[in-house]
Amino acid sequence: MTSAPAGYGRTLDLVTRVRGVRGAMLVSGDDGLVVAEHLMEGIKGPAVAALAASLANRLRRAMEAAGVGASVFWHLQAEQGALLVVPATSGILVVAVAEPDVNVGLVRLELLRAAEAVG
Amino acid sequence: MADDIKTLSSQLAQDPDSLVFLRLGELLRQKRQLDAALRVALTGLERHPHLADAHDLYARILADKRDYERAFDEWDMTLRIAPDHVGALKGLAFLYFKVGDVQQAAAHLDAAQRAAPDDPGITQALAMAREGATPRAPEAPATAPGPESRVPSPEPLSDARVFAGLEGAQEGLLLLDAAGRVLGGALKDPHGRDVTDAVAAYLAGVSQEATRTAKLLGLGGWSGLAAEGRLGHVHLTPPTSNALLLVVRDRAVPMGRLAIVAQRAAVAARRWLEQQR
Repeated sequence: MTSAPAGYGRTLDLVTRVRGVRGAMLVSGDDGLVVAEHLMEGIKGPAVAALAASLANRLRRAMEAAGVGASVFWHLQAEQGALLVVPATSGILVVAVAEPDVNVGLVRLELLRAAEAVG
Repeated sequence: MADDIKTLSSQLAQDPDSLVFLRLGELLRQKRQLDAALRVALTGLERHPHLADAHDLYARILADKRDYERAFDEWDMTLRIAPDHVGALKGLAFLYFKVGDVQQAAAHLDAAQRAAPDDPGITQALAMAREGATPRAPEAPATAPGPESRVPSPEPLSDARVFAGLEGAQEGLLLLDAAGRVLGGALKDPHGRDVTDAVAAYLAGVSQEATRTAKLLGLGGWSGLAAEGRLGHVHLTPPTSNALLLVVRDRAVPMGRLAIVAQRAAVAARRWLEQQR
């Protein structure tokens, strides 16, 4: 796994400790840049960060237009895994990449805690 | 009928565990006192949660109230308890027909006919379904008085109404093409304002981005995107590679249930898209 800058390391570590989580990242929601990452080898952090931020922005705008308010948590489900995201108040996205059989509820809780810690 | 209601109400008051609630609920349904019928059915269900007829009664009332999604769930539950329940088989056939799934409708009517071979109503409905006409809505069981059903007469699936018969078709379901053009459904915000076009514009390209993200992560094809908002939940599904389905509900609807709603809507959307080819 790659390492995260000091301060964010423990936050991401708590997310990646959940069984089935392959990695976690903090992404700047505005520009899609990686702020910190704790990923399995082989995952292209910067590209995933850019796409996750873009998806998050489209989703946020669509949800606000639909009148359901800002996104608290979202979860992209795929055949062989999932991407789970919680936007922090500061605009940073807390992102987890997980196996398909991961406990989504548990990851959601850890992501929410991480988002709170990030502020 | 009013006297019957009074008598049955009195009997139920004296013996709340009695199964008389089934007849009382059905009578109230036939009299279009749907809220009262619903209360009777729910109270009965609380006392007899494993009684198939109670779920069937509740489903018929929900269907009368045009809450087809929950009616589907209740008839589904009825069949889990009693797999040959004729009322539930007919009810589900009716709902399948409403969304244009004639094959499933006929399969359920076939099963109903096997369970009740002497029921002329089923034979007639089966013939109508096979001819493409709309079968009548499910009737009360033979033991319940008054055969006239009050379920509104359903319309056949129209080409223009992709989500015909699905709950929220005009305010919480939206089908878009890859460029974000609206193919069907509509969306309203909690204040009742039409937000279809605004939401569609923001969702243009989401399907491609979700596909790229999943591919980049080696996750294979994406099957859904569920999002929890402060005031409501949304679920995105790609019914085909070139289309995107959005389902929106308020926060009272759990995410798991939303996924089921999305699955049903995706089936309807896929079928509609195939018809347009």
